[in-house]
Amino acid sequence: MIELVWLIPVFPFIGFLINGLFGRNFPEKVIGWIGALSVGASFVVALGIFLELLGMPAAQRSVQKIVFTWILSGDLNVPIGFLVDPLSMVMLLVVTGVGCLIHIYSIGYMHGELGFRRFFAYLNLFVFNMLILVAANNFLLMFVGWEGVGLCSYLLIGYYYEKQSAADAGKKAFVVNRVGDFGFLIGMFLIFVTFGSLNYLDVFPAAQEKLTQGGLMVTLITLLLFVGATGKSAQIPLYTWLPDAMEGPTPVSALIHAATMVTAGVYMVSRCSVFYAMAPVSMTTVAVIGGATALFAATMGITQFDIKRVLAYSTISQLGYMFMACGVGAFASGIFHLMTHAFFKALLFLSAGSVMHAMSGELDMRKMGALSKKIPITCTVYWFGTLAIAGIVPFAGFFSKDEILFFALVRNPAFWVLGAVAAVMTSFYMFRSLYMTFYGESRVDHETAHHVHESPPLMTVPLMVLAALSLVGGFVGVPIFEGWHRFGDFLAPVFAPAKAILEHGHHAEHHSVTMEVVLMAVSVGIAVLGWLFARWMYVTNPSASDKAVEKFGSVHTLVYNKYWMDEIYDALFVNSIVNFSKLLWKYFDEGIIDAIVNGVGSVTRGIGELLRWLQTGLVKDYAYSILLGVLVVIGYLVLK
Amino acid sequence: MENVSFPYLSYITFIPLLGAVLLLFLNRQSKELLRWVAMIFMLADLLVSLVALGSYDSSSPNMQLIENHTWVRDWGISYKLGIDGISLFLVLLTTLLGPIVILASWKDIKTRVKEFLVCLMVLQVGMIGVFVSLDLFLFYVFWEVMLIPMYLLIGVWGNPARKLYAAMKFVLYTIVGSLLMLVAILALYFMAGKATGVYTFDLLKLHDYAVPLQAQFWMFLAFFLAFAIKVPMFPFHTWLPDAHTEAPTVGSVVLAAVLLKMGTYGFIRFAIPLFPNAAADATWWVCVLAVIGIIYGAWVAMVQVDVKRLVAFSSVSHLGFVMLGMFAFNAQGVEGSILQMINHGLSTGALFLIVGMIYERRHTRLISEFGGLSKVMPLFAVFFMVFTLSSIGLPGLNGFVGEFLILLGTFKVYPWYAVLAASGVIFAAVYMLWMFQRVMFGKVTNPKNLGLSDLSAREITVLVPIMVFVVWIGVYPNTFLRPMEPAVKKFIQHVETKKAAVLNMEKAKKQTNTRQSEAVVTSSLSVENR
Repeated sequence: MIELVWLIPVFPFIGFLINGLFGRNFPEKVIGWIGALSVGASFVVALGIFLELLGMPAAQRSVQKIVFTWILSGDLNVPIGFLVDPLSMVMLLVVTGVGCLIHIYSIGYMHGELGFRRFFAYLNLFVFNMLILVAANNFLLMFVGWEGVGLCSYLLIGYYYEKQSAADAGKKAFVVNRVGDFGFLIGMFLIFVTFGSLNYLDVFPAAQEKLTQGGLMVTLITLLLFVGATGKSAQIPLYTWLPDAMEGPTPVSALIHAATMVTAGVYMVSRCSVFYAMAPVSMTTVAVIGGATALFAATMGITQFDIKRVLAYSTISQLGYMFMACGVGAFASGIFHLMTHAFFKALLFLSAGSVMHAMSGELDMRKMGALSKKIPITCTVYWFGTLAIAGIVPFAGFFSKDEILFFALVRNPAFWVLGAVAAVMTSFYMFRSLYMTFYGESRVDHETAHHVHESPPLMTVPLMVLAALSLVGGFVGVPIFEGWHRFGDFLAPVFAPAKAILEHGHHAEHHSVTMEVVLMAVSVGIAVLGWLFARWMYVTNPSASDKAVEKFGSVHTLVYNKYWMDEIYDALFVNSIVNFSKLLWKYFDEGIIDAIVNGVGSVTRGIGELLRWLQTGLVKDYAYSILLGVLVVIGYLVLK
Repeated sequence: MENVSFPYLSYITFIPLLGAVLLLFLNRQSKELLRWVAMIFMLADLLVSLVALGSYDSSSPNMQLIENHTWVRDWGISYKLGIDGISLFLVLLTTLLGPIVILASWKDIKTRVKEFLVCLMVLQVGMIGVFVSLDLFLFYVFWEVMLIPMYLLIGVWGNPARKLYAAMKFVLYTIVGSLLMLVAILALYFMAGKATGVYTFDLLKLHDYAVPLQAQFWMFLAFFLAFAIKVPMFPFHTWLPDAHTEAPTVGSVVLAAVLLKMGTYGFIRFAIPLFPNAAADATWWVCVLAVIGIIYGAWVAMVQVDVKRLVAFSSVSHLGFVMLGMFAFNAQGVEGSILQMINHGLSTGALFLIVGMIYERRHTRLISEFGGLSKVMPLFAVFFMVFTLSSIGLPGLNGFVGEFLILLGTFKVYPWYAVLAASGVIFAAVYMLWMFQRVMFGKVTNPKNLGLSDLSAREITVLVPIMVFVVWIGVYPNTFLRPMEPAVKKFIQHVETKKAAVLNMEKAKKQTNTRQSEAVVTSSLSVENR
């Protein structure tokens, strides 16, 4: 079965080709199911491989399958090849599983849209690229998927291309990602120069032999790769594109900008865990950036009124947690949170989509309220998602977030504080969105109120599946009890080398069970605190929020306007380069170079014009000039 | 060296000329017939070039399909043709574009069709001739042959407003470089003849002649100017935007796809192997100019208001990559460079075709005149998108492989140049996507754009072959890299050995010089003593 790993990305690609090339006259249902089933087929294959992998001894769970040689030039040999190991397995299952559910949901959600076929073609192309990204056995092929998902993100954000803001957002996403990719590319060059190969199995085992612990080279490589990760995973300073990416249809936000693509950076850092373990400076950088992003994005989430933007900032914030996990060396916890986040964040986005569906496309939570009765299923699943992301026992988010906070505390209490404060905010803004949307007074306008309706089963069934996963998804990683942390044990072989390096010289610290239990209680307490505060502000005492806004007027304006980061970036980079380029063109290209060229032409021409007077062709003129010459000569002789 | 059993290369070079001659005898009024005749000859040419591929041994690093005939015995001029892994795909690119260009001009050119087609066919002869010549004199003849039809294409069928200015600028720029090159060719001829006793223009023989350092510098400079103008390298590029913008669509296509490659090909075939020491010494400033070209071209492209001018400036940027890779002098850099020549020919050629297609419909090229075309021309949008992505180097399409190899090869020797050049990849995304957005996305605001028709069958036929190669090179570049590899290795090795040989020679000369001067001193002393 493992031999068939190449089938996993091929299925969605076939779906893309069928719909893209021949789907012109297909009915909607056919197009939709071709899209969904092609991803479903990949999921089935992935599941089969997973079962086979489980049957193998833990140490041997790393199988490479080379399909063909892609680029062969000098000493560079890059294959189209796949690596199946626990890490790629988790990613494959998440991408195909969640992807398939979102495809099914989209059949209902996108019903009647003009570009239905285009949508499904792009979506399948995205899944193909994402699978290439996570299953690749070398950096360059990962980069192919990396740029490929960026392209699909661009295309899907700009899906409503007639809308100026959508087209702008798509371009912004692509360009900001390219800035990150620049770092990835240079990092890759350094890897090739150091190792003479880009294949994981050539590179990682040789890391300790070719690189020095804490050396400049490994630090550079990891920092540059991390630049790539900040672009794709929307971390400080390259996060600005993600909120704008919400211009895309909601299933796109769920699949690409929450569950899968944006987690690629976390995957990449985890994949290179050996490198990071060898570069303490980079580890600290990753942890600091992750923690800071978690907090910073959470503050912006608090003030937004657009339900999708709240979720977008929360995604940035949750990705920050994952990076913080990687930065403190808890790679498995980062991946664990990646998985649970995929469940509950996909769920939240899709429920938001269901709300939009009911509300005729309305996104502003100020125009919602009291929807719980009218769309009960959506409301229930939104509860599941909110409880999960807030980290309430026993929902999935609790286990993964708690694990990250635990390791953060062990590493450095400052990281724990960052994470804990962000957790309060997370809980607050999520319950805020829940209450504003589904409870309190109805602020829905009359026109819309008539049409409010629950979504069709095509949409609600995937929601329920995701809700179930948000509830039970964390049970694979129950702490404290020996042998209950299945997830961590499964991933352990992948991160063992990194762990060995990190623990080198330190004794593996043993932590008392009491400490773990206390921490858990604290994190649940934190979550409940945020919850109660939101409840008080938006249900019990609805005027409180307005008062708070008044009281913190200037701070609120600052945060509400996203700290004017977009404007600052525009002024610093975009406008300055554009203006400078205009100067270059007008004054340098045309004003100097071309002026010189034309000048040379004019001078030549001018001299010719002058000389022309000597060659009039009139005998009379020539006679005069002879006479003149004779006079000059005679005059000279006489005066001498 | 023996002649090949069947003179493929002569056929490939001169079939278009036969076509041109035949066209001269046809009635100028029967335009369809003229076009079909041109088409058939171009297709025949393509066919022969594909058949010739069967006799080409892609594992050999040597010149193949060689034809060698004495032309002017007394002056050592020969009619010598041959191709290797470096020129192979450039020839194929040219023959592939032949029929495409005829088809693309089918509806576009309505006046003086006969002369137009004759110009195109003669141009084809010149271009192929440059790629297959192995004799410097013959090469120079073909080099100059290209100039005249291109001048006419711009000057006669160009955009009325500024076509004469653009045509003149093109010719003067090129001539300045060419004449200097001619001087250098003659200097080389006499110098080598004097040193070895054999006066010849045979390139392969001259390759083996070690030119003294001082002379190398001046000759390289002359060749550099000729080729750098053609490439065009910053700051010799200002003829390009004008020539491209004012030329008719197919003129721009040929100019971008093939003519610019004359410059880069000239470096790899003539300037570098003949004067390797001078080339090596020039590396740093060639690379600096290349990097400036990459970033400068991208930035200036970003602020253009005319689509065609934008694509023209993007060429300056792309060709910077080609030069950079070549001067890395390692397998990845040089192979990437050659591959990128092909890639640029395909992508930018296609983009000019695309721009031509909307120009035919709207008779304007101003970006601000468009917007929302995706809605009215969905099929066109797909092609435009793919070629845009190919141009910005998206993995899976052709541009990426070339750029990656170039950057990797450069990084190995000059990491900082590679880092700077890689930033050009970001700007490429900016200017192309921004342009694409303004032309294709948004609402149709200009009523004139509402009724535009989508691509016709003819236009699809024009674009599809290019698209096939764009994807092919992206997914399986080995088809193209494998035949290059032996020739590129040989090229690198040749540069290395010849460089060393020249240095040894200079050292030896210095020693004999000192010895000689010592001898002179002693002899003069002895004279005084007497």
